[in-house]
Order: sequence, then structure tokens, then C-alpha cells
Amino acid sequence: MNPEYAGGSLSGAFVALVRRDLLLAFRRRTELLFPVIFLLVVISLFPLGIGPSPQLLARIAPGVIWIAALLATVISLDALFRSDFEDGTLEQFVISGHPLTLIALAKIATHWLVAGLPIVLLSPLLALWMNLSTDSLSVMVVTLALGTPILSLIGSIGVGLTISLKRGGQLLSLLVFPLYVPILIIATAAVMAASDGLPYTQFLGLLTAGLITSVTLAPFAAAAALKISLS
Amino acid sequence: MLSASKITLERYFQPVFQPVSFDLEASGLLLVTGANGCGKTTLIRVLAGILHPSGGTIANRARGMAYVGHYLAIKDDLSVIENLRFARDFTGTSERRVSEVISEVGLGRVAEQLARTLSAGQRKRCALARLLLSENELWLLDEPYSNLDTEGVALVDRILTSHLEGGGACVLATHGAHRPAWPGTHDYLLLSGASA
Repeated sequence: MNPEYAGGSLSGAFVALVRRDLLLAFRRRTELLFPVIFLLVVISLFPLGIGPSPQLLARIAPGVIWIAALLATVISLDALFRSDFEDGTLEQFVISGHPLTLIALAKIATHWLVAGLPIVLLSPLLALWMNLSTDSLSVMVVTLALGTPILSLIGSIGVGLTISLKRGGQLLSLLVFPLYVPILIIATAAVMAASDGLPYTQFLGLLTAGLITSVTLAPFAAAAALKISLS
Repeated sequence: MLSASKITLERYFQPVFQPVSFDLEASGLLLVTGANGCGKTTLIRVLAGILHPSGGTIANRARGMAYVGHYLAIKDDLSVIENLRFARDFTGTSERRVSEVISEVGLGRVAEQLARTLSAGQRKRCALARLLLSENELWLLDEPYSNLDTEGVALVDRILTSHLEGGGACVLATHGAHRPAWPGTHDYLLLSGASA
């Protein structure tokens, strides 16, 4: 690549990529719906398995909803770069001269819009199912709104590393779940603190810090991982 | 525009091809030929910057590169016209109209169809349309003639000639069944391995 040649405008490329991925997601609606349905099914299984005691459900609700959100995110992660890798689009991205970091950020943003945002929007309903009190319900929604982008961002690094493997999806879950543990702990602690009437803003502060850190660093790591996978 | 000096690439400590050196100027066409498995595709990918050479240097002074490889980067769930619109918006360099380019490569009849319904030859034409949309000086073509009918082969020759006449340059890898007629062609026979 000629280092002095920069190609077209970056913002134009970013917008074009987000728009194309949203259109593709809309065309593949079934793939889009699958993680959401999975989330609903997993959460509705808990009252059946544990018994419909309202106090017990409210107690385990933060953990259950967050674990289901983690699983639903990991299911949808593999699609993040897979089709672009397999049909050669990723090679075209490298050649275009646009920074791969920016391309990764656009892909991650679209992934969150398609896979993370539905979880956030559904979470009030899920929290009601699990008999969470109204106060902790709003905290639940905030933790998911702050936390699901982190899941997409950290996940993108794992996807970048495993994309060239035939069965990368299985390895991917082993790779990213340990990295998701701190977010799970902080987010559920926030909701539990809220339902116990304790201060919880420090946990939200930690989640915000995590979000800012991962937005800043994860796209670089994902781009580096993709470059390794391409060669 | 593009020069290579003794570039090598090792895979599992074995060189894929013998050291490659060339100097490609504007309006030049470098025709890379060689037996199957001698590393033509690998060389093109090294020149494109997808792979990093193990040794040697590449000096690229071109204003932009376009690459057509074995994987055509066409989305099955988008129509031909949507695929090309994305390519235009993403590279952001072209003023050419997408519909003009589509009729130039002979896909006017299927422009609104989803790319999954296209034949292999039509997909190749779609990739060529993307090549026409880009205004890059340097083209890297890996087996551009594969899957194309006689008319398609003539199409490749036609767009290649007009690109070269306009001052562009091209590296073209082919197994050698057909060669473009261009006076400024340099042949490069790629040999595999360290030393024969």
C-alpha cells in the first residue's frame, strides 16, 4: 500500500459500511431474531426450573438476565466478521487504504445496534417477568445499555483471532467468557445493590469506565487480530 | 509506479516462490505466469499488502489499488446495484454512475436481482464493474479471465486496454490460456521454491 495515498473520506466509508451492514442484517432477519428469541427462551426457562417463587426470582433476576445476555451476544458474535472474511470483502477493506481500526469500529457499532440494542430494549419486559422491583428495573436497563457495547467490543477481538479457523465459534466462547466475567460481576452487583436500597452509582461508574476503555482500545486490537487472521 | 526488489515469502520456513524483482511504470502491464501452485495468487496478495513479505522491499507509489481475486467480495443478499453502490460509497473516489458501469459489463438485465442468483461468470462481471468504478491507478488482477465467456474475455481486454491507455498500471496473474494484447507487456515467469 502506498502510505501517501489516503483514498476517499473516512466518514463516508464509515457511514456506507454501517448502512450496508444494517441492510444485510435486515435481509437476514432470521439470523437477527435468533439471539433475541434465545434470550427470551432461556429466561423463561428459569421460573419453570426453579419454581415460581417471586422473592427467589427477584433475587436471581440480575444474574439470570445478564448471563442470558452474555450467551445471546456470544451466539451472534461469530457473524460479526465471518461473511466478510469468507467472501473476500475483508481483503478489499485492507486494500482500500482506510484504517482497519475504523472499519472494525463500524462493524462493532452495527453489531451492537443489531444484537445488543434489542437486549436493552427487551430488558424491562424481562425484568418484569423476573419480578424485579421498579427501582432496580431501571438500573438493570442502564447496566445493559452500558454493558452490551462492551460485550460487542471485547467479543470483536476474539472474533478477529478465531475467524480463520473452521470451527472458530466454539473456541470463541472459551476465549471471550473469561473476559466477560468482570462486566458480569460489576453489572449484577449494581442491580443487587439497587434492589437492596444501597448506593450503586460506583458500579455504573466502573461500567462507564469499562465502556470508554474498550471503545478506545478494542477496535485497534480487533484490527490487529484481523490482520493476523488474513495472513 | 510499483517496484519490487527481491521479495520473498516463506511459509512454514519454505519459500513459496523464488525472489521476485520488477519495476512497473505507468501504462505498464506485468503478466505473471507460471504453473499451478507456483505462488501467483500469493505474490499478488503480497503486492496488495494483505500478506507481508518475509524479505525484500516493495515500493508502491500508485494512487490507490484495486484488487480482483478469487473471492469476489460480492454480498449474496444484496442486489448487483446495491453491491456496487456500497463499493462506490465506501471508496468514495468515483464520479462514475453505477448504472453506466453495470451496462458496460453487460449486467443491465440482472441489476436488480440479488447477487445469489447470479452465475459464476456474472459474479465476475460484477467484480469487474467494481474495478471500473474505482479510479485507482494500480490494478492487481488474479485470474481475471476465469469463468468468463468469450465476450467476457473481450470485455476484460477492453477495460484493461483503456485503463493502461489512461496511464494506469496492472499486474495480472494468469495460468496462460489467454493473454491480453498490449504492447507494453512485461512477462514474468514465476518459479516456485527456493532454487530449482
